[in-house]
Amino acid sequence: MSKETVHDRTKVTPSAPELAVKSSHIPRRPKITPPKPRKDISTPTIALGEIPNLQILNEKGEISDPSHEPNLEPAELLRIYRAMVLTRKLDTRMLTMQRQGEMGTFAPGMGQEATQIGQIYPLTKKDWFAPSYRSFGAQLWRGWTIEGLMLLWDGFSEGFEIPDGVNDLPFSIVIGSHVATATGVAMGIKRRDDDDAVVLTNFGDGAFSQGIVAESLNFAAVDNAPIVFVCENNGYAISMPVQRQTGADYLAGRSVGYGIPSMRVDGNDVLAMIVATTDAVERARKGEGPTLLEAVTYRMSLHTTADDPKVYRNEEEVEYWKTRCPLARFEIYLKNKNLLDDAAIERTAAECEQEVIEGRERFRGRATANPREVFDSMYEKLPPELEDQKREYLSKLDRKNEEGH
Amino acid sequence: MPQLTMAESLNLALDQSMAADDAVCVIGEDIGVNGGVFRITKGLLEKYGEDRVIDTPLAENGIIGAAVGMAIYGLKPVAEIQFSGFMMQAFDQIEQNMARMRNRSRGRYPVPMVLRTPYGGGIRAVEHHSESREAYWAHTPGLKVVIPSGPRNARSLLHAAINDPDPVIFYEPKAVYRAFREDVPDEPESLEIGKAQVVREGSDITLIAYGAMMRPTLEAAEDLVDLHQVNAEVIDLLSISPMDTQTLVDSVSKTGRCVIVHEGPRTCGVAAEIIARLNEHAFEHLEAPIKRITGYDIHFPFFQVEQHYLPDPDTIVEAVQQTLAYE
Ligand SMILES: Cc1ncc(C[n+]2csc(CCOP(=O)(O)OP(=O)(O)O)c2C)c(N)n1
Ligand SMILES: [Mg+2]
Repeated sequence: MSKETVHDRTKVTPSAPELAVKSSHIPRRPKITPPKPRKDISTPTIALGEIPNLQILNEKGEISDPSHEPNLEPAELLRIYRAMVLTRKLDTRMLTMQRQGEMGTFAPGMGQEATQIGQIYPLTKKDWFAPSYRSFGAQLWRGWTIEGLMLLWDGFSEGFEIPDGVNDLPFSIVIGSHVATATGVAMGIKRRDDDDAVVLTNFGDGAFSQGIVAESLNFAAVDNAPIVFVCENNGYAISMPVQRQTGADYLAGRSVGYGIPSMRVDGNDVLAMIVATTDAVERARKGEGPTLLEAVTYRMSLHTTADDPKVYRNEEEVEYWKTRCPLARFEIYLKNKNLLDDAAIERTAAECEQEVIEGRERFRGRATANPREVFDSMYEKLPPELEDQKREYLSKLDRKNEEGH
Repeated sequence: MPQLTMAESLNLALDQSMAADDAVCVIGEDIGVNGGVFRITKGLLEKYGEDRVIDTPLAENGIIGAAVGMAIYGLKPVAEIQFSGFMMQAFDQIEQNMARMRNRSRGRYPVPMVLRTPYGGGIRAVEHHSESREAYWAHTPGLKVVIPSGPRNARSLLHAAINDPDPVIFYEPKAVYRAFREDVPDEPESLEIGKAQVVREGSDITLIAYGAMMRPTLEAAEDLVDLHQVNAEVIDLLSISPMDTQTLVDSVSKTGRCVIVHEGPRTCGVAAEIIARLNEHAFEHLEAPIKRITGYDIHFPFFQVEQHYLPDPDTIVEAVQQTLAYE
């Protein structure tokens, strides 16, 4: 191939702006990093190091680790608090709606508000978030709307429309599968991004049993990709306690095998979640690669609205975790800092409730099924045979409409 | 005879199989204490203990791989995949080991296991919970694929599947689990895998369906008599692979016309295979092109609009009329 031909080909490339790799990103000299030197294999024992455990606020709302207390402005602390309250209010309202027949099956997140808001707090707009399905709080923080979430869980595909300016993946119902996609986004960022964006993905304790999650951690480790893995260990995968999901005592320990750092965090302590995630996000942003966080929390409510936890867990356990409520704990902290009093707590609750009600009204205004568009997002351009099927489908709809079904 | 739902009759089949043969064990997610998310394995843990009712970590590929190994070792595992949408996680072990081990080991290691899983739409479920991808498994050499349509044949087919020396994919129409009751005798019954059943005799046209689509198809057959004086023969396929070509050919040779109904996507679906076989074996008897009423080649829609995706009696009746009008 002559030099001209090579040159011509690179000239052709930029004229197609949709192409994933811009010519400016094709490095002049290919980067090829030699593998790290192989470690001495004669070492008699293998030292695997230690995994820190972070709690800043204990269950009584007292500072148990002053050295890590973040220095957040009062307004920020109250914004975080409000987000947690809003999360709980949405959850509670949706459960009522579901019980009254106005909502499909959904996965309540009660008890995980600190894990949710704490993990999402350090992310900026340019970052990416790849959530599991139990992530209302974090999704609201990112800019998903209340009515959107309600539409989604009530079986309207419109709810999956990603809000403008939000770099998020639609949440994943298939356990663990999104963790691979998230890793790929991070690998893409590493290759293309000029503003050091990072990816954060969350998944459950059950999800950690999926092969794809192991593969993803390994890919991220080998690629040194800018991603934070948050395992929300809420104690259960439907009926299965985490003790039956793993032979080890801690999920965070798995990071050792992949050669990436990890931390176990009190997931009901929003300050610890913020500090741990901020640290992990910074590492990723600086090019230091992935981090695994195990957020230890508890699913205080149902797996989904189709679930009956009484079959598989006892009330004592639930009662115990009620005393570790992430919201109550943070309230005490804020009260001790004179940032909150009972009147403010009530006011916040009322405001959030009102916000949810307004969201519900918008949801009701939009809750009209639109069966005509089910073909429209399948392909960039519908192949002719699918055009035929679409025509057939639409004429069936028209006929039904005429017959008044 | 007790009147059971399909959920109950499947539970009965598992219970009786486990009581009769201690090689039979069940393995899956949430099947022990919780009794399965659809309660099909309810009560089995209490009766048979954790060595035979194996609650696994959340990993479908692991479940099927482990079941294959246990089957090689002489057990008869009945694996549950919580929703057929999550069989995709296990595609690896299904295709690479479950379907191939007998042949790869030149007959030394048969895999007498069953993979049970709920499939199909119509229960207002979230994404990935309504698929009908039976064609994937029918396309996989080495597997058998069966789909019951009611409480009684579900129980008999499950017995047959558990006792079959080869791996069987057992698709359970979840919309039928609690839809109606049927007399199910106390004594175990078995159905031959690979046999279809003529469930309604008729002379004008043959309707072929299976699983959850049997109900709209039978309803259409009633409407055809009542409204159009058309007498349809209805066949419940029951076994997708192997397929009972003879029963289909006999019926279509008699009626000369045929409509096939399934909820899975159209392209390369089960209907396509049936049409090919009828073309090969009953061509000279055909008086009209065979029609298929199927799901579309799109992802199963969100539940607010799912009823429009699923085949319904009116659409079937219309297809029959078009077929009959063909000259
Ligand atoms: C691949 C796959 N298998 C099974 C399911 C059914 N399922 C939905 S949620 C769930 C448990 C998930 O537990 P965990 O990962 O701990 O998350 P949590 O629900 O506790 O947030 C299961 C088994 C699924 N959605 N996807
Ligand atoms: Mg969990």
